[in-house]
Amino acid sequence: MNIVVCVKQVPSSEARIHIAADGRSIDPAGVELVVNPYDEYAMEEALKTREKFGGTLTVVSLGPAKTEEALRTCLALGADRALVVKEASLLGGDGLGAARILAETIRSLDPDLILCGKVAIDVEGYGTGPAIAEILGLPHVSVVSKLEWKDERHLTAHREIEGATEVVELELPAVLTANKGLNEPRYPSLPGIMKAKKKPIEEIGSSALSVDPSLVGAAGARVATESLSPPPMRQEGRKWTGDGRAAVVEVLRLLREERKVL
Amino acid sequence: MGFDVLVFAEQRGGVFKKSAFEALALARALTKGDGAVTAILAGNGVEAKAADLISRGADTVVLADDPALERPGSILLSRLAQEAASSSKASLILLPATALGRDIAPRLAARLDRPWIAEAIEVSRAEHGISARKSIVGGKAFATLATVGDPPYIVTLRPGAHPAADPDPSRSGSTVKLSVASDPLDLRAKVIDLLQSAGQTIDLQEAEIVVSGGRGLKGPENFSLIRDLADALGGAVGASRAVVDKGWIDHQHQVGQTGVTVSPKLYVACGISGAIQHLAGMRTSGCIVAINSDADAPIFKIADFGIVGDLFEVLPIMIEEARKMRAS
Repeated sequence: MNIVVCVKQVPSSEARIHIAADGRSIDPAGVELVVNPYDEYAMEEALKTREKFGGTLTVVSLGPAKTEEALRTCLALGADRALVVKEASLLGGDGLGAARILAETIRSLDPDLILCGKVAIDVEGYGTGPAIAEILGLPHVSVVSKLEWKDERHLTAHREIEGATEVVELELPAVLTANKGLNEPRYPSLPGIMKAKKKPIEEIGSSALSVDPSLVGAAGARVATESLSPPPMRQEGRKWTGDGRAAVVEVLRLLREERKVL
Repeated sequence: MGFDVLVFAEQRGGVFKKSAFEALALARALTKGDGAVTAILAGNGVEAKAADLISRGADTVVLADDPALERPGSILLSRLAQEAASSSKASLILLPATALGRDIAPRLAARLDRPWIAEAIEVSRAEHGISARKSIVGGKAFATLATVGDPPYIVTLRPGAHPAADPDPSRSGSTVKLSVASDPLDLRAKVIDLLQSAGQTIDLQEAEIVVSGGRGLKGPENFSLIRDLADALGGAVGASRAVVDKGWIDHQHQVGQTGVTVSPKLYVACGISGAIQHLAGMRTSGCIVAINSDADAPIFKIADFGIVGDLFEVLPIMIEEARKMRAS
């Protein structure tokens, strides 16, 4: 089975975020970069699927040179191949442009199963997996929290929607996006880390991709970031200590009479 | 030239999501009196529901009513949305930022090759195209985005970001039927069942009141205090990442950067210290109440009202007083 995992390098969820001097990007200084947390679930499911059916596991990423750290982590976890797209003209685009590049990179791998995280926690687009599926003419199931394989081509996916779970029957080739709860991602082993250091990270350039340059990268972006702003400031309000009942009664009264939220 | 808007009105079992009415109200405002609002209604046996969409702001309802739409997949729905878009000549297509809308929008954008903005909390018309604001990095920053190029622009709108309008039964409108053609690809991903989650009856993302529990609860058995308070206040149950990771409660309840971002009128944080990734997911709430035994917990820095005390003493009192308040 040809299994492909799309990974993205993002600021850690613990990182404090400051806006860069250009007013349109995040200041990279002091920000720890990690594999997007939901991509870890995608990677773990890919490893489990390869253990079950055999095959080749390829990780694909789009981003600046530093992105190779994320791919190195996936190689240490056991990926067979790692492909990176880092050419400047292909970076800085919008979500649809990124999906086009990833889709064309993946197309050449003749994929059976494509796994992504449900969302990249930096740009919060939720759409890379579905867009890749559309471009490749494949079905997809997103926000997957459980998989049951019938055979190597057929499976049932549980997907979380608001207040309920949808059960979807699926035939490969297909795209899945992983949610927390799908599995428990493993940590890379020491021998895995050592072996990963020697594995190549293959660069895919624009010449190898059949994408229309007018649709990708900063020049092809159909959505531009005009500015970033910090979240609205909140003032520390009133605090009560001591008599619990008096505090509760007063807070509930304020919520009802002053804030009108109850 | 007018500015027409197409709204994908999500419903489940004949009941509209609140987000459908919110998107209709936003669409009405964006036309600025010079443009039509069309709503897509897709389902099985939902024809009678078209009137609700008209009373909430639609001029035309594109109705796709077919047994195949009882539990439709996103491929079929994005195809329907594309057909509705090409016949309505809309400048803007609004979808809800829900599991369903998040599936359809990117497919539609790729099919139409048009600008696509995800998770907008504000949308306005710009000189060329539209401008939208959204939260990024889990609410640690906000981005203002602008579309480049020609319409239609495809936008998913966060539930709760724009108020719905009250129904106006005097509004009139028309219904246009859209036939549903099948495609072999539809059969490769079939929704075969829908399992209702036990316990959570109020949608966390759409809830006006959220009561969340954290590590201060000391064990999963004490989550009943959170459920009882949520019940007494008429709210949904949330949780911190720490307790979801411990397995005390399902991930669907997790509030924060790697869970759900919420912005209710009232957020009550119980035994949650306030890790940065949690604060990112709830800091735009209207009013924040924090209950914690540690007076120095970071959660108090952003709370409107803070109670420093033992959860096991304060929560039962709050449950009792909230019930009394509701009964009065």
